[in-house]
Order: sequence, then C-alpha cells, then structure tokens
Amino acid sequence: MNPKLQFDFIVDNKTNSITVKREFAAKRQLVWDCHTKSELLDQWFAPKPLITKTASMDFREGGHWHYVMVDPEGTEYWARMDYKTITPIDSYSALDGFSNSKGELNPQLPRATWDAMFTDLKAHTLVQTIVKYNSEADLQTVLQMGMKEGLTSTLERLDELLLILR
Amino acid sequence: MKLRRDPFQAIADPTRRAILILLASHTMTAGAIASHFDVARPTISKHIQVLSACELIEPSRQGREIFYELKVESLQEIDMWIEQCRKIWEARFSQLDTLLSTMNENAK
Repeated sequence: MNPKLQFDFIVDNKTNSITVKREFAAKRQLVWDCHTKSELLDQWFAPKPLITKTASMDFREGGHWHYVMVDPEGTEYWARMDYKTITPIDSYSALDGFSNSKGELNPQLPRATWDAMFTDLKAHTLVQTIVKYNSEADLQTVLQMGMKEGLTSTLERLDELLLILR
Repeated sequence: MKLRRDPFQAIADPTRRAILILLASHTMTAGAIASHFDVARPTISKHIQVLSACELIEPSRQGREIFYELKVESLQEIDMWIEQCRKIWEARFSQLDTLLSTMNENAK
C-alpha cells in the first residue's frame, strides 16, 4: 500500500522478543477496532492465502479470542489469544497459544505475550506490538519450526510460519 | 554439556556475533580471532566450537594451521527466516490498510 507508512521489524535475541511497529492511515479508534473486534480481525489477521475465522470472541480482561486460520487446502490451524489487560484505545496485553478446535491449549508449544500499544501520529496511528517468549528456548523452538521449513516452497513456508507466529 | 547445533543459539551471544563479523572479512586462525578480544583464549575457543557445531563457520587446515571461514549460506538461512517472518507481518498489515481505507471511505 502506501510506502510512506512507517514499518519497523526487530528480532531481539536478548529479550526473546519480536518488536513490530507500524503506522496506519486511520484514526486510533478505527485501528483499535480492527485489532479487537472479531468481525474485523477476520478480514485481515491471516495473510493471504489463509483466511481467519472466529469461533468465539470475548474481548475483556480474562476473556479470549478463539479462532482458526485455514489454508487453501482446508487445513486448519487453531489458536487462542487470552486477554490479560485492556485499556481501550491505548493498549492491550495478551497471551497467545496454539489450541484445538475446542479451544484447549496445546501445552507442547510455546506461548508468547503480546503487548500492543496504540498512539496517535498526527492523523495516523502507530501500533507497536511486542511479541515476547518466556525463554530463549521457547523463542528457539519457534524459530526452529521456521528453519525446518527453509527448503520447502514459499507457500508451505508461509503456512508454517504463520502457525508459528500465532 | 552437549553442544546444540542451533544457529539461533549461536548468534544469541554478542561475542559470537563479533566473531562472525570478524570472519566476514577474511578467514582467521583461532589465535588471530582471540587477539581481537579481551577474554581468555579458552573462552574464545569455546565460542569457536559452538559456531562450528552450528555450522556457521568451518575450519580448514592450511599447512600446520587451522583457519576458520564464515559459512555465508548458514547465515542466509537465518536472514531468510527473519525476512519471511517480516513478510507475514507486512502482508497482514497491508490487508489491514485495505480494510481501514474501506472503513474510512464508508465513514465519509
């Protein structure tokens, strides 16, 4: 889209985190809605060719978003985002995780905390998302899941990485 | 301790990253590498072992000396992962841009 929109992407091995900063050409309330309402999240959260479908959304502290990403072959990647703190239209924090279609977490895979901050940038909005893993080992598990896909086709790699990022 | 063959663990350490940067310019012996650091030689040897085990660098014997060489393709693999990860966020956000612009239009 607009190449002038700020975009920073930083992987920090020391803090086991990925920091993504992105500017959006819209008011903060609108950008906030897109991040917190399932009918809007469904329209952008999974990059093409995957699509997002919400099973349930309870956007409140202690609530969670249970959703699935579906690839063109119909393979489903279920995930759950547990909301910890919410300060409308400023910030929210959450704990992500892989789950099954019933919303039960997969304890074998690492979870990451998400800290999202929304600030005004003149008429635009800046969103900073920090995705932080509990330990270096967790970040490595996730990174290695990506590494293994290194030699497969780009599409397959995208699917897999997507799974990782959630 | 068993050395893990994990390039991400290897690059998590600042000294090891510095060694990789040194080797980016030319091959070096362990002694030459160590001379660039203010730490004990065995510590540097340990770092070199980790980097070799992860196949980020490769030893080659030249006469009586062992030179270490940077394996560029291994680093590219790491780079590629970060790039892929970045692309996913890019793609996701570009979809959000489209959604926001539609919503902005509808609000008018």
